[in-house]
Amino acid sequence: MKILVVDDEPDVKSLFEQRFRKEIRSGEMIFAFASSGEEALEYISINMHNSVLILSDINMPGMSGLELLKKIKQQHLKPPPFVMMLTAYGDAENYSAAMQLGADDFLTKPLDFIVLKDKLKKIA
Amino acid sequence: MALSVLPFAITVVLLRRLVKSLELSGEAPEWKSLFKKGMIAAGVLFALEIVLKAGNFTMWLWHIGILLIMWLVLTKPEMKSGKMIVTAVLPYEAVTLFSDLAEHILPGVYKSVSAVLEIAQLFAVVWAIAMWINANKQQKKAELERQERLREEQLYRITEAQKAELEIIVAERTAELTQQKEALEKSLEELKAAQAQLIHSEKMASLGELTAGIAHEIQNPLNFVNNFSQVSVELMDEMQMELDNGNKEEAFAIAEDIKQNLSKISHHGNRADAIVKGMLMHSRKNTGQKEPTDINALADEYLRLSYQGLRAKDKSFNASLSMDFDKTIGKISVVPQDIGRVLLNLFNNAFYAVNEKKKLMGDDYKPTVSVTTKRLSSPLGEVDTQIVIYDNGTGIPQKVMDKIFQPFFTTKPSGQGTGLGLSLSYDIISKGHNGKLSVNTKENEFTEFTIELPS
Repeated sequence: MKILVVDDEPDVKSLFEQRFRKEIRSGEMIFAFASSGEEALEYISINMHNSVLILSDINMPGMSGLELLKKIKQQHLKPPPFVMMLTAYGDAENYSAAMQLGADDFLTKPLDFIVLKDKLKKIA
Repeated sequence: MALSVLPFAITVVLLRRLVKSLELSGEAPEWKSLFKKGMIAAGVLFALEIVLKAGNFTMWLWHIGILLIMWLVLTKPEMKSGKMIVTAVLPYEAVTLFSDLAEHILPGVYKSVSAVLEIAQLFAVVWAIAMWINANKQQKKAELERQERLREEQLYRITEAQKAELEIIVAERTAELTQQKEALEKSLEELKAAQAQLIHSEKMASLGELTAGIAHEIQNPLNFVNNFSQVSVELMDEMQMELDNGNKEEAFAIAEDIKQNLSKISHHGNRADAIVKGMLMHSRKNTGQKEPTDINALADEYLRLSYQGLRAKDKSFNASLSMDFDKTIGKISVVPQDIGRVLLNLFNNAFYAVNEKKKLMGDDYKPTVSVTTKRLSSPLGEVDTQIVIYDNGTGIPQKVMDKIFQPFFTTKPSGQGTGLGLSLSYDIISKGHNGKLSVNTKENEFTEFTIELPS
């Protein structure tokens, strides 16, 4: 399973790599990282043929996570990528905005990796 | 026998004068009525004398009456005002009495001295007239003095009355003025309280805008602190396992990871700490103390907080931020809370302006907010720090340009702005820091605020 993590915080990369080190080592999960919405779109356009699961932050400079979500869902990719929003804003307003734009799941920061892992394994 | 015209006249005139002088002095009113009765008695006696032709008998009554009056006047202290008149008539009465006594008791002697007596009588009359005139004069003088005194008294009374009246008016005016003063002082107090309240609410309003940004800013480091520490515990277990298996190299690699994680935990912990401190700095009472402050760090922090705050409210919003910091500025002496408020305010305005323009222009528009710092040195060797906050938003219409620094002026819809942000910012920069806050703008193109702080 290929997972694209979109977050402007650089330490997210090493956090995911450590949290999922067993899954990475076993080849169960492959992680890619993008530090902005624009970068994420570029990655998706190149790696379209692979089935990709996207985990995106909402608050990022430039294109926001919600905008990215909107654009991904507008592309009508086949199969439609699974998009999970990860945000520090856990308020209802943010949640419903994400859901309305077609987010498949929603998690708030600080991230509970046990929950995240569970969710990812269920998808896979 | 002749009628006693003269004694009658003397009696009446004497009594009249006494009554009059008593009236003038205002003393002994009981004597006054007695004298009036005496005048009536004199009239009756004179009338009887005419009717009964009893001149020889009444002559003695006249003498007794006149002597009685004289005796009263000379012996009673309350009658002293009549002394002069009595003194005037006394010689005449004495001579007449002597002459009458002599005529009737010793007619022989009388004949021999009658000529002398007549001369004495004449002298007495002259004396009486002189004294009379003198007394009259004195009485007139006394009368004048009395009237003068009365006038003065009246004048004094009028003055006193006017004074009393004036004092009442003055007291009334004073009370009125005191009341007005108190009312003014009260409204001044109320205005001061209202002003403090307004400044406080402006601060709280910008704090409210900050809160969402702060929440985001603080959750991110917390995310790392929590997860890196948890993952480190897992790594420790793994490391022990590797060591048990004798896999030393792998254990070392894991130890290296743990070390890195710990430094990340500390880094993000510090980050959260700085954010909380920044928030406290904004909300706590301003100490007004200038302290060496890293302007670049302050600008960076508030730009990010402002941006995150706006995005928390409007999910669809985004803008590109650009920061160009002159590292040679170093630390300059400012009140960090105050400058932080100014920066936050200008950033909030900039984001508001680009957001408004975005709503009008749609997707083709690229919102940009930038902050630039620069160290400026004049030819005279003075060093200024310049902070420029630029946005390519809606700009400021020319017609409101001279109002933007006025308190309570706002272009935002009612309830969205206090209208105090720029006015407070202007005060903080110009009065608080001796600096300059200026603006350059073009409607629908850009706005650029420039802060200049002397070092």
